Amino acid sequence: MATQKPSLDAIPIKARVIDLDFHYGDFQALKNVNLPLHDRRVTALIGPSGCGKSTLLRCFNRMHDLYPGNRYDGRIELFPDAIDLLQRDVDPIEVRMRLAMVFQKPNPFPKSIFENVAYGLRVRGIKKRSVVEDKVEESLRGAALWEEVKNRLDDVATSLSGGQQQRLCIARALATDPEVLLFDEPTSALDPIATGSIEELISQLKSRVTILIVTHNMQQAARVSDFTAYMYLGEVLEFGWTDEIFLKPKHKHTEDYITGRMG
Amino acid sequence: MEAMTRTEIRAIVAQHKWRDALFVALGILALAIGILTFVALFVDMAIDGFGRLSVDFFTNFPSRRAGQAGILSAWVGSVAVMIVTAAFAVPMGVAAGIYLEEYAPKNWITDIIEINVTNLAGVPSIIYGLLAFGLFVYGFGLGQSILTAGLTLGLLILPIVILTTREAIRAIPGMIREAAYALGATRWQTVQHHIIPYSMPGILTGIIIGLSRAIGETAPIITIGALTFIAFLPPSPVSMAAPFLSFEWLMSSFTVMPIQMFNWTSRPDPAFQANAAAAGLVLVIMTLSMNALAIVLRYRLRKKLAW
Repeated sequence: MATQKPSLDAIPIKARVIDLDFHYGDFQALKNVNLPLHDRRVTALIGPSGCGKSTLLRCFNRMHDLYPGNRYDGRIELFPDAIDLLQRDVDPIEVRMRLAMVFQKPNPFPKSIFENVAYGLRVRGIKKRSVVEDKVEESLRGAALWEEVKNRLDDVATSLSGGQQQRLCIARALATDPEVLLFDEPTSALDPIATGSIEELISQLKSRVTILIVTHNMQQAARVSDFTAYMYLGEVLEFGWTDEIFLKPKHKHTEDYITGRMG
Repeated sequence: MEAMTRTEIRAIVAQHKWRDALFVALGILALAIGILTFVALFVDMAIDGFGRLSVDFFTNFPSRRAGQAGILSAWVGSVAVMIVTAAFAVPMGVAAGIYLEEYAPKNWITDIIEINVTNLAGVPSIIYGLLAFGLFVYGFGLGQSILTAGLTLGLLILPIVILTTREAIRAIPGMIREAAYALGATRWQTVQHHIIPYSMPGILTGIIIGLSRAIGETAPIITIGALTFIAFLPPSPVSMAAPFLSFEWLMSSFTVMPIQMFNWTSRPDPAFQANAAAAGLVLVIMTLSMNALAIVLRYRLRKKLAW
Protein backbone atom coordinates (compact mmCIF):
# COMPACT_ATOMS: atom_id res chain seq x y z
CA MET A 1 0.00 0.00 0.00
CA ALA A 2 2.68 2.43 0.99
CA THR A 3 4.55 2.24 -2.29
CA GLN A 4 5.24 5.14 -4.63
CA LYS A 5 3.23 7.80 -2.83
CA PRO A 6 3.93 11.30 -4.04
CA SER A 7 5.37 13.52 -1.38
CA LEU A 8 2.74 15.62 0.39
CA ASP A 9 4.20 18.81 -1.00
CA ALA A 10 3.72 17.57 -4.54
CA ILE A 11 -0.08 17.37 -4.29
CA PRO A 12 -1.83 20.66 -4.82
CA ILE A 13 -3.84 22.05 -1.91
CA LYS A 14 -7.54 22.84 -2.39
CA ALA A 15 -8.17 24.31 1.02
CA ARG A 16 -6.24 24.93 4.18
CA VAL A 17 -7.46 25.42 7.73
CA ILE A 18 -5.15 27.79 9.58
CA ASP A 19 -5.12 28.32 13.37
CA LEU A 20 -8.87 27.80 13.66
CA ASP A 21 -10.65 28.21 16.99
CA PHE A 22 -14.40 27.82 17.17
CA HIS A 23 -16.77 28.69 20.02
CA TYR A 24 -20.39 27.71 20.64
CA GLY A 25 -21.18 30.52 23.08
CA ASP A 26 -18.70 29.98 25.90
CA PHE A 27 -17.76 26.48 24.84
CA GLN A 28 -14.63 26.13 22.75
CA ALA A 29 -15.27 23.30 20.31
CA LEU A 30 -12.17 23.65 18.12
CA LYS A 31 -8.69 24.51 19.33
CA ASN A 32 -5.99 25.77 17.00
CA VAL A 33 -6.90 23.46 14.15
CA ASN A 34 -4.55 23.28 11.17
CA LEU A 35 -5.44 20.98 8.31
CA PRO A 36 -4.81 20.84 4.56
CA LEU A 37 -7.33 19.45 2.05
CA HIS A 38 -5.48 18.06 -0.92
CA ASP A 39 -6.98 18.69 -4.32
CA ARG A 40 -9.23 15.87 -5.59
CA ARG A 41 -8.39 13.60 -2.71
CA VAL A 42 -10.56 12.27 0.09
CA THR A 43 -9.72 13.46 3.58
CA ALA A 44 -11.41 11.68 6.49
CA LEU A 45 -12.02 13.20 9.91
CA ILE A 46 -12.13 10.58 12.64
CA GLY A 47 -12.23 10.72 16.41
CA PRO A 48 -14.48 9.96 19.38
CA SER A 49 -17.97 11.53 19.71
CA GLY A 50 -17.85 15.19 20.63
CA CYS A 51 -14.29 15.69 19.39
CA GLY A 52 -15.37 18.41 16.97
CA LYS A 53 -15.29 16.56 13.62
CA SER A 54 -18.72 17.72 12.49
CA THR A 55 -18.12 21.18 13.93
CA LEU A 56 -14.98 21.49 11.81
CA LEU A 57 -16.77 20.20 8.71
CA ARG A 58 -19.59 22.71 9.17
CA CYS A 59 -17.07 25.57 9.41
CA PHE A 60 -16.16 24.99 5.76
CA ASN A 61 -19.60 26.02 4.46
CA ARG A 62 -20.36 28.43 7.32
CA MET A 63 -23.36 26.42 8.57
CA HIS A 64 -22.66 27.80 12.04
CA ASP A 65 -23.70 31.23 10.78
CA LEU A 66 -27.31 29.98 10.82
CA TYR A 67 -27.36 29.92 14.61
CA PRO A 68 -26.64 32.72 17.04
CA GLY A 69 -23.74 32.74 19.49
CA ASN A 70 -21.13 30.99 17.34
CA ARG A 71 -17.69 32.45 16.72
CA TYR A 72 -14.88 31.56 14.35
CA ASP A 73 -11.30 32.73 14.92
CA GLY A 74 -8.77 31.74 12.32
CA ARG A 75 -8.89 31.11 8.61
CA ILE A 76 -9.95 28.56 6.05
CA GLU A 77 -8.33 29.43 2.75
CA LEU A 78 -9.86 28.10 -0.44
CA PHE A 79 -7.60 27.85 -3.50
CA PRO A 80 -6.88 28.74 -6.27
CA ASP A 81 -8.04 32.24 -5.29
CA ALA A 82 -6.85 31.93 -1.67
CA ILE A 83 -10.06 33.49 -0.36
CA ASP A 84 -10.62 33.19 3.40
CA LEU A 85 -14.01 31.46 3.77
CA LEU A 86 -14.43 32.66 7.34
CA GLN A 87 -13.83 36.32 6.71
CA ARG A 88 -16.72 38.48 7.82
CA ASP A 89 -17.10 40.23 4.48
CA VAL A 90 -17.31 36.91 2.62
CA ASP A 91 -21.00 36.09 2.33
CA PRO A 92 -21.78 32.57 3.64
CA ILE A 93 -24.13 32.14 0.65
CA GLU A 94 -21.19 32.68 -1.72
CA VAL A 95 -19.25 30.06 0.26
CA ARG A 96 -22.10 27.55 0.09
CA MET A 97 -22.32 28.01 -3.66
CA ARG A 98 -18.75 26.68 -3.95
CA LEU A 99 -18.77 23.95 -1.27
CA ALA A 100 -21.66 21.48 -1.19
CA MET A 101 -22.69 19.31 1.73
CA VAL A 102 -24.24 15.90 2.28
CA PHE A 103 -25.80 15.35 5.68
CA GLN A 104 -25.89 12.58 8.24
CA LYS A 105 -29.51 11.63 7.55
CA PRO A 106 -30.78 11.77 4.00
CA ASN A 107 -32.72 15.05 3.82
CA PRO A 108 -34.40 15.33 0.44
CA PHE A 109 -37.01 18.05 0.10
CA PRO A 110 -40.59 16.75 0.02
CA LYS A 111 -40.67 17.62 -3.68
CA SER A 112 -40.14 15.56 -6.83
CA ILE A 113 -36.86 13.78 -7.53
CA PHE A 114 -36.26 16.19 -10.42
CA GLU A 115 -36.96 19.28 -8.31
CA ASN A 116 -34.55 18.07 -5.63
CA VAL A 117 -31.62 17.77 -8.01
CA ALA A 118 -32.55 20.98 -9.84
CA TYR A 119 -32.88 23.02 -6.66
CA GLY A 120 -29.28 24.26 -6.56
CA LEU A 121 -29.69 25.53 -10.14
CA ARG A 122 -32.98 27.17 -9.27
CA VAL A 123 -31.29 29.00 -6.39
CA ARG A 124 -28.70 30.26 -8.86
CA GLY A 125 -31.42 31.54 -11.17
CA ILE A 126 -30.79 28.99 -13.93
CA LYS A 127 -34.19 28.43 -15.53
CA LYS A 128 -33.54 27.22 -19.09
CA ARG A 129 -35.36 23.90 -19.24
CA SER A 130 -32.86 22.07 -21.46
CA VAL A 131 -29.90 23.16 -19.33
CA VAL A 132 -31.63 22.09 -16.13
CA GLU A 133 -32.70 18.73 -17.59
CA ASP A 134 -29.20 17.95 -18.82
CA LYS A 135 -27.67 18.87 -15.50
CA VAL A 136 -30.19 16.78 -13.54
CA GLU A 137 -29.44 13.72 -15.68
CA GLU A 138 -25.68 14.27 -15.44
CA SER A 139 -25.86 14.65 -11.65
CA LEU A 140 -28.07 11.61 -11.18
CA ARG A 141 -25.67 9.58 -13.32
CA GLY A 142 -22.81 10.95 -11.26
CA ALA A 143 -24.56 9.73 -8.13
CA ALA A 144 -25.25 6.30 -9.70
CA LEU A 145 -28.99 6.81 -9.36
CA TRP A 146 -30.07 7.62 -12.93
CA GLU A 147 -30.96 4.08 -14.00
CA GLU A 148 -33.15 3.59 -10.94
CA VAL A 149 -35.13 6.83 -11.19
CA LYS A 150 -35.08 7.89 -14.86
CA ASN A 151 -38.69 6.79 -15.34
CA ARG A 152 -40.01 8.34 -12.15
CA LEU A 153 -38.41 11.78 -11.97
CA ASP A 154 -41.74 13.34 -10.99
CA ASP A 155 -42.28 11.02 -8.02
CA VAL A 156 -41.84 12.54 -4.60
CA ALA A 157 -38.28 12.04 -3.37
CA THR A 158 -39.35 10.62 -0.02
CA SER A 159 -40.76 7.57 -1.83
CA LEU A 160 -37.18 6.41 -2.43
CA SER A 161 -35.35 4.03 -0.08
CA GLY A 162 -32.90 5.48 2.46
CA GLY A 163 -29.85 4.63 0.36
CA GLN A 164 -31.43 6.05 -2.78
CA GLN A 165 -32.39 9.21 -0.87
CA GLN A 166 -28.79 9.69 0.20
CA ARG A 167 -27.57 9.23 -3.37
CA LEU A 168 -30.23 11.75 -4.40
CA CYS A 169 -28.79 14.19 -1.87
CA ILE A 170 -25.35 13.58 -3.39
CA ALA A 171 -26.78 14.26 -6.87
CA ARG A 172 -28.37 17.43 -5.51
CA ALA A 173 -24.97 18.50 -4.18
CA LEU A 174 -23.20 17.62 -7.46
CA ALA A 175 -25.64 19.52 -9.68
CA THR A 176 -23.95 22.84 -9.01
CA ASP A 177 -20.40 21.57 -9.70
CA PRO A 178 -19.02 22.24 -6.22
CA GLU A 179 -15.28 22.55 -5.71
CA VAL A 180 -15.42 20.69 -2.40
CA LEU A 181 -17.94 18.10 -1.18
CA LEU A 182 -18.48 17.88 2.56
CA PHE A 183 -19.87 14.60 3.90
CA ASP A 184 -21.10 14.53 7.49
CA GLU A 185 -21.31 10.83 8.45
CA PRO A 186 -23.23 10.13 5.24
CA THR A 187 -23.83 6.45 5.91
CA SER A 188 -24.64 6.39 9.61
CA ALA A 189 -28.37 6.06 8.89
CA LEU A 190 -27.97 3.43 6.15
CA ASP A 191 -27.77 -0.35 5.97
CA PRO A 192 -24.50 -2.09 4.92
CA ILE A 193 -25.51 -2.48 1.26
CA ALA A 194 -26.51 1.17 0.86
CA THR A 195 -23.34 2.11 2.74
CA GLY A 196 -21.28 0.10 0.26
CA SER A 197 -22.78 1.90 -2.72
CA ILE A 198 -22.19 5.33 -1.15
CA GLU A 199 -18.56 4.45 -0.41
CA GLU A 200 -18.04 3.27 -3.98
CA LEU A 201 -19.55 6.54 -5.16
CA ILE A 202 -17.20 8.59 -3.00
CA SER A 203 -14.22 6.76 -4.48
CA GLN A 204 -15.49 7.57 -7.99
CA LEU A 205 -16.22 11.21 -7.21
CA LYS A 206 -12.74 12.07 -6.02
CA SER A 207 -11.46 12.28 -9.57
CA ARG A 208 -13.72 15.34 -9.99
CA VAL A 209 -13.97 16.99 -6.61
CA THR A 210 -12.13 17.42 -3.33
CA ILE A 211 -13.86 15.52 -0.54
CA LEU A 212 -13.90 15.94 3.22
CA ILE A 213 -15.76 13.22 5.10
CA VAL A 214 -16.59 12.86 8.77
CA THR A 215 -17.00 9.27 9.79
CA HIS A 216 -17.19 7.29 13.00
CA ASN A 217 -16.50 4.12 11.10
CA MET A 218 -12.77 3.23 11.04
CA GLN A 219 -13.14 0.76 8.19
CA GLN A 220 -14.93 3.37 6.16
CA ALA A 221 -12.15 5.89 6.70
CA ALA A 222 -9.60 3.24 5.73
CA ARG A 223 -11.59 2.24 2.64
CA VAL A 224 -12.45 5.60 1.13
CA SER A 225 -9.88 8.15 2.22
CA ASP A 226 -6.41 9.12 1.07
CA PHE A 227 -5.72 11.23 4.13
CA THR A 228 -6.97 10.99 7.67
CA ALA A 229 -7.06 13.49 10.49
CA TYR A 230 -7.54 12.17 13.99
CA MET A 231 -9.33 14.64 16.24
CA TYR A 232 -9.57 14.60 20.00
CA LEU A 233 -11.20 17.20 22.27
CA GLY A 234 -11.35 19.83 19.56
CA GLU A 235 -7.79 19.39 18.33
CA VAL A 236 -6.31 17.65 15.32
CA LEU A 237 -3.84 15.32 17.02
CA GLU A 238 -2.55 13.68 13.93
CA PHE A 239 -2.82 14.07 10.16
CA GLY A 240 -1.28 12.05 7.37
CA TRP A 241 -1.74 9.44 4.69
CA THR A 242 -4.56 7.16 5.77
CA ASP A 243 -2.47 3.98 5.62
CA GLU A 244 0.23 5.59 7.74
CA ILE A 245 -2.27 6.76 10.34
CA PHE A 246 -3.79 3.30 10.52
CA LEU A 247 -0.61 1.24 10.34
CA LYS A 248 1.83 3.32 12.31
CA PRO A 249 0.10 6.09 14.20
CA LYS A 250 2.50 8.48 15.90
CA HIS A 251 0.24 9.20 18.86
CA LYS A 252 -0.73 6.71 21.54
CA HIS A 253 -4.19 8.28 21.50
CA THR A 254 -4.69 7.66 17.80
CA GLU A 255 -3.56 4.10 18.17
CA ASP A 256 -5.90 3.46 21.09
CA TYR A 257 -8.84 4.86 19.19
CA ILE A 258 -8.12 3.03 15.95
CA THR A 259 -7.59 -0.28 17.68
CA GLY A 260 -10.81 0.16 19.66
CA ARG A 261 -9.31 0.57 23.11
CA MET A 262 -10.99 3.96 23.36
CA GLY A 263 -13.96 5.51 21.73
CA MET B 1 -36.76 -10.96 48.85
CA GLU B 2 -38.64 -14.05 47.83
CA ALA B 3 -40.04 -14.41 44.31
CA MET B 4 -43.75 -13.61 44.09
CA THR B 5 -46.15 -16.43 43.53
CA ARG B 6 -48.40 -16.46 40.50
CA THR B 7 -51.42 -15.58 42.64
CA GLU B 8 -49.62 -12.57 44.07
CA ILE B 9 -48.54 -11.36 40.63
CA ARG B 10 -52.08 -11.72 39.36
CA ALA B 11 -53.47 -9.77 42.31
CA ILE B 12 -51.06 -6.90 41.65
CA VAL B 13 -51.74 -6.84 37.90
CA ALA B 14 -55.50 -6.90 38.57
CA GLN B 15 -55.17 -3.95 40.93
CA HIS B 16 -53.15 -1.93 38.40
CA LYS B 17 -55.60 -2.76 35.65
CA TRP B 18 -58.46 -1.56 37.81
CA ARG B 19 -56.80 1.87 37.97
CA ASP B 20 -56.40 1.78 34.20
CA ALA B 21 -60.12 1.11 33.83
CA LEU B 22 -60.93 3.90 36.28
CA PHE B 23 -58.99 6.42 34.23
CA VAL B 24 -60.64 5.28 31.01
CA ALA B 25 -64.06 5.71 32.66
CA LEU B 26 -63.18 9.22 33.84
CA GLY B 27 -61.90 10.16 30.40
CA ILE B 28 -65.04 8.92 28.68
CA LEU B 29 -67.20 10.78 31.17
CA ALA B 30 -65.33 14.02 30.56
CA LEU B 31 -65.64 13.59 26.80
CA ALA B 32 -69.32 12.69 27.07
CA ILE B 33 -70.16 15.82 29.06
CA GLY B 34 -68.63 17.97 26.36
CA ILE B 35 -70.08 16.15 23.39
CA LEU B 36 -73.54 15.52 24.87
CA THR B 37 -73.97 19.19 25.82
CA PHE B 38 -73.22 20.22 22.27
CA VAL B 39 -75.41 17.50 20.77
CA ALA B 40 -78.31 18.44 23.08
CA LEU B 41 -78.02 22.12 22.13
CA PHE B 42 -77.76 21.29 18.46
CA VAL B 43 -80.70 18.87 18.49
CA ASP B 44 -82.86 21.31 20.45
CA MET B 45 -82.03 24.06 17.97
CA ALA B 46 -82.66 21.72 15.05
CA ILE B 47 -86.08 20.72 16.39
CA ASP B 48 -87.11 24.36 16.91
CA GLY B 49 -85.62 25.72 13.73
CA PHE B 50 -85.64 22.99 11.12
CA GLY B 51 -89.18 23.78 10.00
CA ARG B 52 -88.14 27.33 9.11
CA LEU B 53 -85.31 26.28 6.81
CA SER B 54 -86.25 26.86 3.18
CA VAL B 55 -84.89 28.68 0.16
CA ASP B 56 -86.97 31.70 1.16
CA PHE B 57 -85.30 31.82 4.55
CA PHE B 58 -81.98 32.42 2.80
CA THR B 59 -83.30 34.86 0.19
CA ASN B 60 -85.59 37.01 2.36
CA PHE B 61 -84.64 40.09 4.32
CA PRO B 62 -85.66 40.29 7.98
CA SER B 63 -89.27 41.30 8.40
CA ARG B 64 -91.74 42.31 11.07
CA ARG B 65 -93.71 39.18 10.19
CA ALA B 66 -91.81 36.18 11.53
CA GLY B 67 -93.06 33.86 8.80
CA GLN B 68 -91.59 36.02 6.02
CA ALA B 69 -88.36 36.94 7.76
CA GLY B 70 -85.10 35.59 6.38
CA ILE B 71 -81.37 35.85 6.85
CA LEU B 72 -80.31 37.25 3.48
CA SER B 73 -78.69 40.41 4.83
CA ALA B 74 -77.18 38.48 7.72
CA TRP B 75 -75.40 35.77 5.75
CA VAL B 76 -74.30 38.18 3.05
CA GLY B 77 -72.99 40.44 5.82
CA SER B 78 -71.18 37.57 7.50
CA VAL B 79 -69.55 36.49 4.23
CA ALA B 80 -68.53 40.08 3.41
CA VAL B 81 -67.05 40.62 6.88
CA MET B 82 -65.20 37.29 6.69
CA ILE B 83 -63.64 38.30 3.37
CA VAL B 84 -62.28 41.50 4.91
CA THR B 85 -61.17 39.60 8.03
CA ALA B 86 -59.27 37.03 5.97
CA ALA B 87 -57.78 39.66 3.65
CA PHE B 88 -56.41 41.47 6.68
CA ALA B 89 -55.50 38.69 9.11
CA VAL B 90 -54.02 36.12 6.72
CA PRO B 91 -51.18 38.14 5.17
CA MET B 92 -50.42 39.97 8.42
CA GLY B 93 -50.54 36.84 10.59
CA VAL B 94 -48.58 34.62 8.24
CA ALA B 95 -45.94 37.31 7.66
CA ALA B 96 -45.61 37.94 11.39
CA GLY B 97 -45.35 34.20 12.12
CA ILE B 98 -42.68 33.71 9.45
CA TYR B 99 -40.76 36.74 10.68
CA LEU B 100 -40.78 35.52 14.29
CA GLU B 101 -39.67 31.99 13.35
CA GLU B 102 -37.21 32.60 10.54
CA TYR B 103 -35.89 36.14 10.83
CA ALA B 104 -36.28 37.59 14.33
CA PRO B 105 -33.04 37.68 16.33
CA LYS B 106 -33.30 35.70 19.56
CA ASN B 107 -33.21 38.51 22.12
CA TRP B 108 -35.37 39.98 24.85
CA ILE B 109 -37.37 42.19 22.48
CA THR B 110 -38.43 39.11 20.51
CA ASP B 111 -39.25 37.35 23.79
CA ILE B 112 -41.52 40.22 24.84
CA ILE B 113 -43.24 40.23 21.45
CA GLU B 114 -43.78 36.47 21.69
CA ILE B 115 -45.29 36.69 25.18
CA ASN B 116 -47.57 39.48 24.02
CA VAL B 117 -48.79 37.60 20.97
CA THR B 118 -49.62 34.60 23.13
CA ASN B 119 -51.46 36.81 25.62
CA LEU B 120 -53.39 38.61 22.89
CA ALA B 121 -55.01 35.29 21.97
CA GLY B 122 -56.62 35.32 25.42
CA VAL B 123 -57.93 38.90 25.48
CA PRO B 124 -61.77 38.96 25.73
CA SER B 125 -63.32 39.81 22.38
CA ILE B 126 -65.29 42.78 23.75
CA ILE B 127 -61.98 44.54 24.43
CA TYR B 128 -61.23 44.30 20.72
CA GLY B 129 -64.67 45.77 20.11
CA LEU B 130 -63.91 48.76 22.35
CA LEU B 131 -60.53 49.26 20.71
CA ALA B 132 -62.12 49.15 17.27
CA PHE B 133 -64.87 51.55 18.31
CA GLY B 134 -62.30 54.15 19.30
CA LEU B 135 -59.73 53.42 16.61
CA PHE B 136 -61.56 52.40 13.43
CA VAL B 137 -65.02 53.96 13.89
CA TYR B 138 -63.86 57.35 15.20
CA GLY B 139 -60.06 57.49 14.92
CA PHE B 140 -59.92 56.48 11.24
CA GLY B 141 -63.49 57.57 10.53
CA LEU B 142 -64.41 54.24 8.99
CA GLY B 143 -67.87 54.32 10.57
CA GLN B 144 -69.97 51.32 11.48
CA SER B 145 -69.07 49.54 8.28
CA ILE B 146 -68.20 46.11 6.94
CA LEU B 147 -64.59 47.34 6.75
CA THR B 148 -64.56 48.22 10.46
CA ALA B 149 -66.08 44.86 11.42
CA GLY B 150 -63.67 42.94 9.19
CA LEU B 151 -60.63 44.73 10.57
CA THR B 152 -61.85 44.22 14.15
CA LEU B 153 -62.35 40.49 13.71
CA GLY B 154 -59.07 40.41 11.80
CA LEU B 155 -57.28 41.82 14.84
CA LEU B 156 -59.12 39.32 17.01
CA ILE B 157 -57.92 36.28 15.08
CA LEU B 158 -54.46 37.67 14.24
CA PRO B 159 -52.85 35.95 17.26
CA ILE B 160 -54.46 32.64 16.28
CA VAL B 161 -53.05 32.91 12.76
CA ILE B 162 -49.61 33.94 14.06
CA LEU B 163 -49.44 31.12 16.61
CA THR B 164 -50.58 28.37 14.21
CA THR B 165 -48.20 29.66 11.53
CA ARG B 166 -45.33 29.46 13.99
CA GLU B 167 -46.31 25.98 15.12
CA ALA B 168 -46.56 24.80 11.51
CA ILE B 169 -43.11 26.23 10.76
CA ARG B 170 -41.60 24.69 13.86
CA ALA B 171 -42.80 21.26 12.72
CA ILE B 172 -40.46 21.46 9.70
CA PRO B 173 -37.27 19.55 10.61
CA GLY B 174 -34.12 21.65 10.91
CA MET B 175 -32.31 19.38 8.47
CA ILE B 176 -34.66 20.38 5.64
CA ARG B 177 -33.88 24.04 6.30
CA GLU B 178 -30.15 23.26 6.46
CA ALA B 179 -30.37 21.39 3.16
CA ALA B 180 -31.70 24.52 1.47
CA TYR B 181 -29.13 26.83 3.06
CA ALA B 182 -26.29 24.42 2.25
CA LEU B 183 -27.20 24.70 -1.44
CA GLY B 184 -26.69 28.45 -1.25
CA ALA B 185 -30.29 29.54 -0.79
CA THR B 186 -30.92 32.93 0.81
CA ARG B 187 -33.32 33.24 3.72
CA TRP B 188 -36.10 34.44 1.48
CA GLN B 189 -35.51 31.62 -1.04
CA THR B 190 -35.67 29.14 1.83
CA VAL B 191 -38.90 30.69 3.09
CA GLN B 192 -40.48 30.96 -0.34
CA HIS B 193 -39.49 27.53 -1.70
CA HIS B 194 -39.63 25.46 1.48
CA ILE B 195 -40.94 27.02 4.67
CA ILE B 196 -44.20 28.37 3.21
CA PRO B 197 -45.13 25.33 1.09
CA TYR B 198 -44.30 22.81 3.83
CA SER B 199 -46.13 24.73 6.56
CA MET B 200 -49.16 25.46 4.36
CA PRO B 201 -51.36 22.65 5.73
CA GLY B 202 -50.89 23.93 9.28
CA ILE B 203 -51.28 27.58 8.27
CA LEU B 204 -54.50 26.86 6.36
CA THR B 205 -55.89 25.02 9.36
CA GLY B 206 -55.08 27.99 11.58
CA ILE B 207 -56.73 30.42 9.17
CA ILE B 208 -59.93 28.40 8.97
CA ILE B 209 -60.08 27.80 12.73
CA GLY B 210 -59.57 31.54 13.20
CA LEU B 211 -62.29 32.43 10.70
CA SER B 212 -64.72 29.97 12.22
CA ARG B 213 -64.13 31.67 15.55
CA ALA B 214 -64.64 35.10 13.96
CA ILE B 215 -67.88 34.20 12.20
CA GLY B 216 -69.59 33.48 15.51
CA GLU B 217 -68.28 36.57 17.34
CA THR B 218 -71.03 38.89 18.51
CA ALA B 219 -69.68 41.11 21.26
CA PRO B 220 -67.12 43.14 19.28
CA ILE B 221 -69.59 43.61 16.41
CA ILE B 222 -72.24 44.94 18.75
CA THR B 223 -69.67 47.20 20.37
CA ILE B 224 -68.74 48.84 17.10
CA GLY B 225 -72.47 49.40 16.53
CA ALA B 226 -73.64 47.06 13.82
CA LEU B 227 -77.33 47.52 13.08
CA THR B 228 -79.70 44.79 14.11
CA PHE B 229 -82.27 45.36 11.38
CA ILE B 230 -80.93 45.59 7.87
CA ALA B 231 -83.27 45.18 4.92
CA PHE B 232 -80.81 45.89 2.13
CA LEU B 233 -77.63 44.41 0.71
CA PRO B 234 -74.27 46.18 0.46
CA PRO B 235 -73.53 47.59 -3.02
CA SER B 236 -72.37 44.92 -5.44
CA PRO B 237 -68.59 44.63 -5.80
CA VAL B 238 -68.88 44.02 -9.56
CA SER B 239 -70.85 45.86 -12.18
CA MET B 240 -71.39 45.62 -15.92
CA ALA B 241 -70.21 49.16 -16.55
CA ALA B 242 -66.68 50.52 -16.13
CA PRO B 243 -64.79 50.38 -13.81
CA PHE B 244 -66.49 47.00 -13.18
CA LEU B 245 -65.06 46.69 -9.67
CA SER B 246 -66.32 48.70 -6.75
CA PHE B 247 -65.26 48.77 -3.14
CA GLU B 248 -68.25 50.79 -1.94
CA TRP B 249 -69.54 47.69 -0.16
CA LEU B 250 -66.71 48.04 2.34
CA MET B 251 -68.28 51.21 3.74
CA SER B 252 -71.83 49.83 3.84
CA SER B 253 -73.65 49.23 7.10
CA PHE B 254 -74.41 45.60 7.71
CA THR B 255 -75.56 42.90 10.05
CA VAL B 256 -74.12 39.42 10.64
CA MET B 257 -75.60 36.04 11.55
CA PRO B 258 -75.09 36.11 15.32
CA ILE B 259 -76.54 39.63 15.55
CA GLN B 260 -79.58 38.61 13.53
CA MET B 261 -80.02 35.71 15.95
CA PHE B 262 -79.57 37.96 18.96
CA ASN B 263 -82.17 40.34 17.55
CA TRP B 264 -84.72 37.58 17.05
CA THR B 265 -84.19 35.94 20.44
CA SER B 266 -84.98 39.25 22.14
CA ARG B 267 -88.47 39.39 20.58
CA PRO B 268 -91.45 38.17 22.57
CA ASP B 269 -93.24 36.45 19.66
CA PRO B 270 -92.36 32.69 19.82
CA ALA B 271 -92.39 32.54 16.01
CA PHE B 272 -89.23 34.66 16.06
CA GLN B 273 -87.65 32.15 18.45
CA ALA B 274 -88.03 29.55 15.71
CA ASN B 275 -86.31 31.96 13.31
CA ALA B 276 -83.48 32.41 15.80
CA ALA B 277 -83.11 28.65 16.15
CA ALA B 278 -83.04 28.22 12.37
CA ALA B 279 -80.40 30.96 12.02
CA GLY B 280 -78.40 29.34 14.82
CA LEU B 281 -78.58 26.03 13.00
CA VAL B 282 -77.22 27.65 9.85
CA LEU B 283 -74.43 29.35 11.81
CA VAL B 284 -73.37 26.12 13.55
CA ILE B 285 -73.40 24.25 10.26
CA MET B 286 -71.27 27.01 8.70
CA THR B 287 -68.75 26.76 11.52
CA LEU B 288 -68.68 22.96 11.50
CA SER B 289 -68.20 22.84 7.75
CA MET B 290 -65.31 25.28 8.00
CA ASN B 291 -63.70 23.05 10.63
CA ALA B 292 -64.37 19.99 8.48
CA LEU B 293 -62.74 21.76 5.54
CA ALA B 294 -59.73 22.51 7.75
CA ILE B 295 -59.41 18.83 8.66
CA VAL B 296 -59.76 17.64 5.07
CA LEU B 297 -57.24 20.18 3.76
CA ARG B 298 -54.75 19.35 6.46
CA TYR B 299 -55.09 15.65 5.86
CA ARG B 300 -54.79 15.89 2.09
CA LEU B 301 -51.90 18.34 2.06
CA ARG B 302 -49.98 16.54 4.81
CA LYS B 303 -50.16 13.27 2.95
CA LYS B 304 -47.80 14.75 0.35
CA LEU B 305 -45.28 15.82 2.98
CA ALA B 306 -42.90 13.38 4.58
CA TRP B 307 -39.40 13.66 5.90
